[in-house]
Amino acid sequence: MTLERAIALIFVVVCVAYGYTAFVVMEASLLPFERNMTFLPNVLPKWLSVIGAFVGLAVLVQSGPGTGGQTADDDIDIGNLRQYKLGQAILLLVLMVAYALLLRPVGFVTTTTLFLVLGAMILGERRYVLLVPVAVLSAFLIWYLVQEVLGIFLRPWPWFL
Amino acid sequence: MIEGILSGLSTAFSIQNLLMVVAGCLIGTLIGMLPGLGPMSIIAIMIPIAIQIGDPAAALILLAGVYYGAIFGGSTSSILINAPGVAGTVATAFDGYPMARQGQAGKALTVAAIGSFSGGTIGAILLMGFAPGLATVALLFHSAEYFALMVVGLAAIAAFAGSGQVAKALMMTVLGVMLATVGESALFNAPRFTFGIQDLQSGISFITLAMALFALPEALYLVLNPKRSEREGDEGGKIANLRITRDEAREIAPVIGRQSLQGFFIGVMPGAGATIASFLGYAVERNIAKGEDRAKFGKGSIKGLAAPETANNAACTGSFVPLLTLGIPGSGTTAILLGALIALNVAPGPRLMVDNPSIFWAVIISMYLGNVVLLILNLPLIPYIAKLLEIPRNYLIPFILFFTMMGSYIGQNNATELLLLTGMGIVATIMRMAGYPLAPMLIGFILGPLLENNFARAMNLTDGIGFIWQRPMTLALLVFAVVLIFMPSIRAGLGRLKGDEAARGD
Repeated sequence: MTLERAIALIFVVVCVAYGYTAFVVMEASLLPFERNMTFLPNVLPKWLSVIGAFVGLAVLVQSGPGTGGQTADDDIDIGNLRQYKLGQAILLLVLMVAYALLLRPVGFVTTTTLFLVLGAMILGERRYVLLVPVAVLSAFLIWYLVQEVLGIFLRPWPWFL
Repeated sequence: MIEGILSGLSTAFSIQNLLMVVAGCLIGTLIGMLPGLGPMSIIAIMIPIAIQIGDPAAALILLAGVYYGAIFGGSTSSILINAPGVAGTVATAFDGYPMARQGQAGKALTVAAIGSFSGGTIGAILLMGFAPGLATVALLFHSAEYFALMVVGLAAIAAFAGSGQVAKALMMTVLGVMLATVGESALFNAPRFTFGIQDLQSGISFITLAMALFALPEALYLVLNPKRSEREGDEGGKIANLRITRDEAREIAPVIGRQSLQGFFIGVMPGAGATIASFLGYAVERNIAKGEDRAKFGKGSIKGLAAPETANNAACTGSFVPLLTLGIPGSGTTAILLGALIALNVAPGPRLMVDNPSIFWAVIISMYLGNVVLLILNLPLIPYIAKLLEIPRNYLIPFILFFTMMGSYIGQNNATELLLLTGMGIVATIMRMAGYPLAPMLIGFILGPLLENNFARAMNLTDGIGFIWQRPMTLALLVFAVVLIFMPSIRAGLGRLKGDEAARGD
C-alpha cells in the first residue's frame, strides 16, 4: 500500500472515531435543557465526520496503485528515504523537543544559544569561533527586542539566577 | 467634502506627521518580519505609545504606518522562508516562496511591494468614494450569507488542486475544519475534543499550525535534501533580477486592477476580510489564467503572487469602511484600532465624518502616505532583505527552526505549543511527501470557526437549517460553492473531449 492510501485510510479511521465522539459521547453528555436547542456543539462535528469519511473513501478509491509516485513532491522520493540525510532531520527534531522542554526551566537566552549552536553542529558546522559568538549575540538580541522593546515577558536565565 | 480633504491634507503633511509615517512603516516592517507578530499584535503593542502622543490624527497616522509596514514585513517572511506569520499572507507563500527558491527573491519582494501599494492606494480611492453607500450594503449580509460565504471560501480550495487532486484537497480541508473544532464551540463554552488536556481548551493556535504546515516541513526538506538549498539562477544576477520587465508589468497589471476592486469589496464586509480576499483572489486569478499561465500557479507564478498581495491590502483598506462609517470593526486589526480611537476620545460611527472631518480625512490621507512611504523605503531595502537567503545553510536552518518556534511561543507563552508544533510538523512533512496539499488544511482551519459561528447564529435565527432556502443569496452562494468544487472535474472532462477531437482532426 502506498503512503498516500495509508494516510487516506488513517483519515477515515480518524473520522469514524471523531464521528463516534460527536454522535454518541457528546450526545450523551448534553444537559436536559440543551436537548431542545437548535444548535449544539456537536452539530458541525456530525456533518464533518460524515463528509470526511466519504471524502477519505473517495481518495482511497481514486489513488489506486501506480498513481502514488507521480503526485509526490518534486524532489523527495519516499520509496528511497535512505539517500537523504534522515539522521540530521531526526536529530534536529529531537533538539526541538528538548528546546520545548528546557525553555521554561533553563531560560530563553541559554536555551536559544544552545539550540543554535547544536543545530548548526548537527548540520556539520565546525567553525566554533564564528558560531558561538553569532549564537550568543542573536539569542541576546532577540531576547532584548522581545522583552525590553516589545514588553513580552521571556525568562532569560535559568531558574536559580 | 473638498474642505475636509484639504484639512486632512494639511494635517497629514505636517513635519511631525510625516515623521510618524516613516517611523511607523520602519517599525512595522522590521517587527512584522518576525513570524508570530502580525499587524494585530504590533498595533496592540504600539497603542500605549500612540496614546502618549495625545493628538488623535498623529496617533492614527503612526498606527496606519505600522499597519502597512507590518503587512509588508509579514509577506517578507512568507516569501523568503515559507513562514506566513499572518492568515492574510498564507496565499502569498504559495507562489512567493517558489519564486524565492528559483533565485528571484528580489523580484518576488518587489512584486509584493508593488501589489501591496496598488491594492492599498486603489482601496483608499474607493474608500473615499464609496464609504457611506457601501456601509448599508454590508449590513445586508446576515449570518446566513456569511456562512455561505465561508463555504464558498472553502470550496475555492478546489482551485488549488489539479483535476485528480480535488478529493485530496477536500480531505485536507475537512481535516483543517476538524482541527478548528478542538477547544470550545460556538455559543457554548464546554470543551470538546481536548482529550482532557487543559492546554488544548483554548484550541490550537493559528500560528502554531501555520508554522507546522508550511515552515517546518520546508526546513526539514532542506535538511533532508541539501541540493534543495542550492538555488537556481546565478549569484551575479540577483540585483538585476530585482527589476520587473515590461512584459511582466503588463502581465500583472490586469491582475492588480481586478484584485484591487475584488479585494476591496470583500474587505468591506465585516468578517475574515483580508484572508478570504487573498484566497479568493488567488483562486479567481488561477481560474482566469489559461494554459501555461495556469500551470505556473504554485510553481512561482508572478500573477499568483501579485493577486493575493493586492487583494489582501485592498481588503485591509476596505475593512475601514464599516469601522469609520458605522463604528463596526470588520477584522481583528480594526477592532484594536477602534479601541485606540476610543482611548483617544474619538468615537467612530456615522457622526465621525460630520463631527471630526479632519480626523476622518487625515486617516484616509495617511493611508496614501503610508503606502507611498512604504514603497519608497522598502524598494531600496529589498536587495538587502533578499540577501538574508545567502546566509550559509548551516546557520540559516537552525535560525528558521528557531523562528518558527518563537512564533508559536510568543503568542501563547506556553511551551506545550512547541511540542504540538513539532508533532504536527512531522505529520505534515509525511503528508507532504505523500503528495497531499497542505494549504487547504490551513484554510479550513482559519475559516472553520467563522463557519461554525455564523452557522450557529443562522440556525438559531431560523430554528433549523431553513435559512438555506429562505434566503436566496445564501442559496445562490452555496450553489456557487458546489459548482466551484466540481469545476476542475468538469473542465478536465471537457478538455479530454476537446483533446479527442484534436487527435481525430490530426
